[in-house]
Amino acid sequence: MREAAVASQPNPLQRIPGVAIVLVLLIALFSAIAPGFLSVANLSNVLVQSTILTMLALPMTLIIMTEGLDLSMGAVLTLTSLCVAIVSLATHSMLLGLGAGLLVGAAFGFANGWLVAIVGIPPFVATLGTLGMAQGLSLIVSDGQSVVGIPHSVRDIYSATLLGIPVPIVMALVTYAAFHGLLYHTRFGTYIFALGGNREALRYAGLSPNRLLIMVYAIGGAMAGIAGLLMTARMNSGHPTAGLGLEFDAIAAVAVGGTSFERGNGWLLGTLLGVIAVGVLRNGLNLISMPSSVQVASVGILVIVALFLDGLRSRA
Amino acid sequence: MTDITKDATMPPRSFLSQDAIQVFYRLLAAFLICAVLAVLSDSFLSLGNILNVLRQASLTFFIASGLTLVVLTAGLDLSVGANVALSACIAGTVIHKTGSPALGILAGLACGGLVGLLNGVMVTALRIPSFIATYGMLWVLNGLTYWYMAGETLHGFPAGFRQIGSGYLFGLPIPVYLLLVFLGIGTLFAQRTIWGQEIYAIGANPVAARLSGIPVARRLLLVYAVSGTMAGLASIIFLSRLNSAEADIGESLTLPAIAAVLIGGTSLFGGVGTVFGTFIGALILTLVLNGMNLLSVSANWQPLVTGIIVILAVWLDMKTRRRAQ
Repeated sequence: MREAAVASQPNPLQRIPGVAIVLVLLIALFSAIAPGFLSVANLSNVLVQSTILTMLALPMTLIIMTEGLDLSMGAVLTLTSLCVAIVSLATHSMLLGLGAGLLVGAAFGFANGWLVAIVGIPPFVATLGTLGMAQGLSLIVSDGQSVVGIPHSVRDIYSATLLGIPVPIVMALVTYAAFHGLLYHTRFGTYIFALGGNREALRYAGLSPNRLLIMVYAIGGAMAGIAGLLMTARMNSGHPTAGLGLEFDAIAAVAVGGTSFERGNGWLLGTLLGVIAVGVLRNGLNLISMPSSVQVASVGILVIVALFLDGLRSRA
Repeated sequence: MTDITKDATMPPRSFLSQDAIQVFYRLLAAFLICAVLAVLSDSFLSLGNILNVLRQASLTFFIASGLTLVVLTAGLDLSVGANVALSACIAGTVIHKTGSPALGILAGLACGGLVGLLNGVMVTALRIPSFIATYGMLWVLNGLTYWYMAGETLHGFPAGFRQIGSGYLFGLPIPVYLLLVFLGIGTLFAQRTIWGQEIYAIGANPVAARLSGIPVARRLLLVYAVSGTMAGLASIIFLSRLNSAEADIGESLTLPAIAAVLIGGTSLFGGVGTVFGTFIGALILTLVLNGMNLLSVSANWQPLVTGIIVILAVWLDMKTRRRAQ
């Protein structure tokens, strides 16, 4: 409801149950039926594989809080991953590759924000259009082929450790801390709550909701750029379909995590737990030799159930 | 997205004059594209190519016509492409198992309609926003289709069945006749029946529609079921034209279908648009993609161009409506 108080922090006690119960149930289920699920190696594998999704799901939370959606994230990640691969291959520099990925990602995010805020196109259609554009550009820059032979400096990011912790996990934790600080401890974060909850109040306060909205989408695009670096490092190549559909896992994580699609309420820790829940679901199904098609369908059902429960809660 | 300045008590038929102008502009655009392509490419005006364009446009139109009704209610169905893939695979299996094309066609239509009905239930009974409900459905269907097919390809169907998609009657491809039939049915249903008018009213102002006694939930169920059934029909045409079914045939169908609806002048905000406009939209999109093909632009460019067209179409639509107000 639009009358919701500006920047009201969600009551964690009310929300922890939903996503935590899902996570505990999934872990209990797969510990029982999937051999090797509880091993340290497998659990750390789940976490490392969840890092790319974390990079997408956190900004997706902010975007959904503004009553928006970004369907282009997976396609943009594919494109930035190719940019990282191509630029680092040409320049032998990981940083230049990351820079290119960030730039392209942020440009797409900015375009999304512009289309949504200034032109006024409904977010799901605007980002569906940019999804097609990013997908097309990925095919064009790669000519439909994999980009191989990328420098070690890129590949090592995924396998290196820092104080015994895999670097991707460190990056995901830093990202989480940054988003947590941004959303709950800065004015910008307060404005994001207001973008979904009470946009008029922002106008009365002399702020430009449009500019804020563009920034939120641009952050999403830039994060897809960073995730593109991780994707290239993980696959040790750039591939024109690498990240397609990842936006769906991100939306699933946000929905399971208890962020509402209609009320400008968001919960970052819930999203993080949602990411792990999606990771556990996919990993567990993989361990009991379910094909990836079943994983995709299961995530789809997870989203619909989560949204149904969200609808029930909002009416209660 | 309820806009109180829109008045649902105004009969939608009074939009027709404005609709006629919109359709005229789009026909003009289609002719312009034809003229440009005729100059740029020698083979564009050949009979073979024109029939090819019509057949291609009819495939997009089947999916897009059902979608038009959904968009008229201010909803969206993102699952149509995935629905085509699942329906085609199920229809193909039934034909292989029973040897009866009629049973296969029935299975494909039933599968499509059932998926559409499920979408409708999610939107009406579970009250999930349509774009997110059908987006979830997209992935459920994708997963089901890939699991069901397990990497296999169904190949080789009876010659009679293949006539539906690749046959000719009096020199015209059979899908073109189907296109004319469904264009007629769709236009009559939307413009000349009470149910059709109620669908316009729901899109223009859902609250007013409910208060004036329209059974909103039942009409929405109908609209999503029709959209699903039309996807089932498209799957039959696909199956019989390709003479094979694979799990991935639906992936490149959803965006063009949405593009056709939007180019055709149906407003994303509901209540405005026509099935005939969608036909022109499908024609324009097909002409552009066909032209790129004739000018030997790589097929890799198609998603990019389709994406740009989607955004341009919505932008133009919003511009003209803002001026009209």
